[in-house]
Amino acid sequence: MTVPAIEVAGVGKRFRRYRERPTSLKERLIRFRVTADDFWALREVSLEVPEGSTLGLIGPNGSGKTTLLKIIAGILRPTEGSVRTSGRIAALLALGAGFHPELTGRENVYLNASILGLSRQQTDRLFDDIVGFAELEEFIDSQVKFYSSGMYVRLGFAVAVHVDPAILLVDEVLAVGDEGFQRKCLDKVRAFQREGRTIVFVTHAVHQVLQVCDRAVLLNRGTVQAQGDPGEVVRDFRLLMMKKDLAYGWDQGTKEIEIVNVEIFGADGASREHFRPGEAVVIQIDLKANTPVSDPIISFALHDQQNDFVFGTNNDWRGSRFPVFEGKHRVQFTLKSLPFVGGRYYVTVGVHARDASRVYHVHEQRYWFDVKLGAENPGAVWIPVEFRAEPL
Amino acid sequence: MRRLRELASSREILANLVRKEVKVKYKSSVLGALWSMLNPVLYLAVFTLVFSVVLRNDIRDFPVYLLSGLLAWNLFSTSLSLASRSVVDNANLVTKVYFPREILPLSSVGTALVDFGLQALVLVAFMVTSGYDFTRIDLLLLPLSMFALLAFTSALGMWVAGLNVRYRDTQHLLNLSLLAWFWVTPIVYPSGFVYTELSSREFLGIRLFDLYLANPMASVVMGFQRALYGTVSYPVEGGREVFVLAPVSLGWLALLIGGVAVGSLLLLFLAWRTFFHLSGDFAEEL
Ligand SMILES: Nc1ncnc2c1ncn2[C@@H]1O[C@H](COP(=O)(O)OP(=O)(O)OP(=O)(O)O)[C@@H](O)[C@H]1O
Ligand SMILES: [Mg+2]
Repeated sequence: MTVPAIEVAGVGKRFRRYRERPTSLKERLIRFRVTADDFWALREVSLEVPEGSTLGLIGPNGSGKTTLLKIIAGILRPTEGSVRTSGRIAALLALGAGFHPELTGRENVYLNASILGLSRQQTDRLFDDIVGFAELEEFIDSQVKFYSSGMYVRLGFAVAVHVDPAILLVDEVLAVGDEGFQRKCLDKVRAFQREGRTIVFVTHAVHQVLQVCDRAVLLNRGTVQAQGDPGEVVRDFRLLMMKKDLAYGWDQGTKEIEIVNVEIFGADGASREHFRPGEAVVIQIDLKANTPVSDPIISFALHDQQNDFVFGTNNDWRGSRFPVFEGKHRVQFTLKSLPFVGGRYYVTVGVHARDASRVYHVHEQRYWFDVKLGAENPGAVWIPVEFRAEPL
Repeated sequence: MRRLRELASSREILANLVRKEVKVKYKSSVLGALWSMLNPVLYLAVFTLVFSVVLRNDIRDFPVYLLSGLLAWNLFSTSLSLASRSVVDNANLVTKVYFPREILPLSSVGTALVDFGLQALVLVAFMVTSGYDFTRIDLLLLPLSMFALLAFTSALGMWVAGLNVRYRDTQHLLNLSLLAWFWVTPIVYPSGFVYTELSSREFLGIRLFDLYLANPMASVVMGFQRALYGTVSYPVEGGREVFVLAPVSLGWLALLIGGVAVGSLLLLFLAWRTFFHLSGDFAEEL
């Protein structure tokens, strides 16, 4: 049984939110009682990160990701609970990693490396590698206040990954670098994984979580909403975002008409989850009207793993209407040929009024199917191709 | 104890921070480090003018006398003003990386020490020209005084650094206090005068001179002066004796400064604890 590299036990962090923070004695004296509300940025957060694993931390803005990372790094002290870590921690929090704007890149590298626990000689040895990785040879002797934000991050990341940390904490920094550097960073992250280092990774780019993380944690309003397999956590995250976007939840509605059952099956009529490109998919919805409803619209939508809307349609667009919807009905959308090469697709089905003023019932991304190609070349879309050859 | 070990392993950060401070201070200034040396020279010019020309009150080897006290004082006051802003000015470090926060006020003391070293060059130059005997026994007081000064300065430095994060007035209040403090410390006027004036008077049964010594900086500065200037008194025409330094025995002074050192260490321990307690909130209050 290996000990976890990071153990967060019942951590809570309370911030004092002053209407306007009194930074002077005078203000504090004048406003005899300071109006401060307590605000828990984190509450009862417990998680373990096994040594050598990569954890993705996702959640909406303000959910406490950065706060949690800072607590793990020791920058903030938790109000309650405790954090235990083993080994050197290199934290790369949004922008800068603690650079002093007046110093040159070179001086900052030395300062930063010493904060991360390296001696001068050790830094001397690594210096060229660091600068090389950051690709900042030309700028290393100019003050970092003249750096662009991308250069800042490059240098910060380069230092953090070269100091031989046991634990690497990364907060949304990769988003700033250009594509070449992002790839380089991800390669480095992969190398770290192979070397058995522990990584905690905060990002809003969920596909990165799916690409690199073994496990994921979803934070929402300071509590752990879900943790485990990245695919599932990412899906929960998407649902959460969806709920935020729209006024209704993932299984909500006024229920004049109810969705009773949904099935996804192939052309052969057998229910299944895995398809190949070009195959047909049938989405079958059983509906029950609790009261007669005139002119409802039945629709479905597909979202991909990045939560991008891919396709959707409804009965009206397909030229079919229900002047009055009564009793039970079974409807089928047949997708005649899947144009996808690979990936997981989430299915949303719903019934609503024509003008969308009322949503009778919706199942938000509750269903999904996978598309998988064999060994052939992947790409963006599936185009059925016929190949012919003849002698001339 | 664990914190002490952690601190010891962070020497490299300390060195780098001091280097950084010094660099930032002198960057894009033509004279650079010369500015540090100019400060005591300027003081010297002003007070020489005041004492010998306006007040017609000569003190033998006045430059050595003034500088020996002034340098100790400069180390103290520079450290404290730097320390009061140390955490706030390094917000970009404090909010982004973890390191023992005590390093920040300590690096202020380190930076002031660099200044001290430069200014000491000026002092040594004057000492050599005045024919100072570098083998005197009084010189032994120097390391003790230095130790007491550093302990006292570090203690107060931690305290003002921690407080200034929450109450930014600390730095203004500090600068005012330093101004007043300067004048209740025998730097420009000789402690010998104070001794002659105050040792015979009492207030509530306490000798006023003892009250004067309640200021630890007075003892420390007297230690520096005794070690580096050395001349307690000298006769002038008319058989009168001029007391420049308080005529206390070397042993007694050493004991006094030893007391300040021990007290400062105790203070340092307490200030450290306060600082550590406050430092948990630094990252969120900046
Ligand atoms: N120093 C502070 N003082 C008061 N409140 C704070 C402080 N730092 C963060 N907060 C609050 O704590 C909450 C969580 O912030 P945090 O930065 O951890 O969110 P996040 O999940 O990283 O968000 P984002 O996705 O935008 O980076 C926010 O509501 C924020 O306003
Ligand atoms: Mg954040």
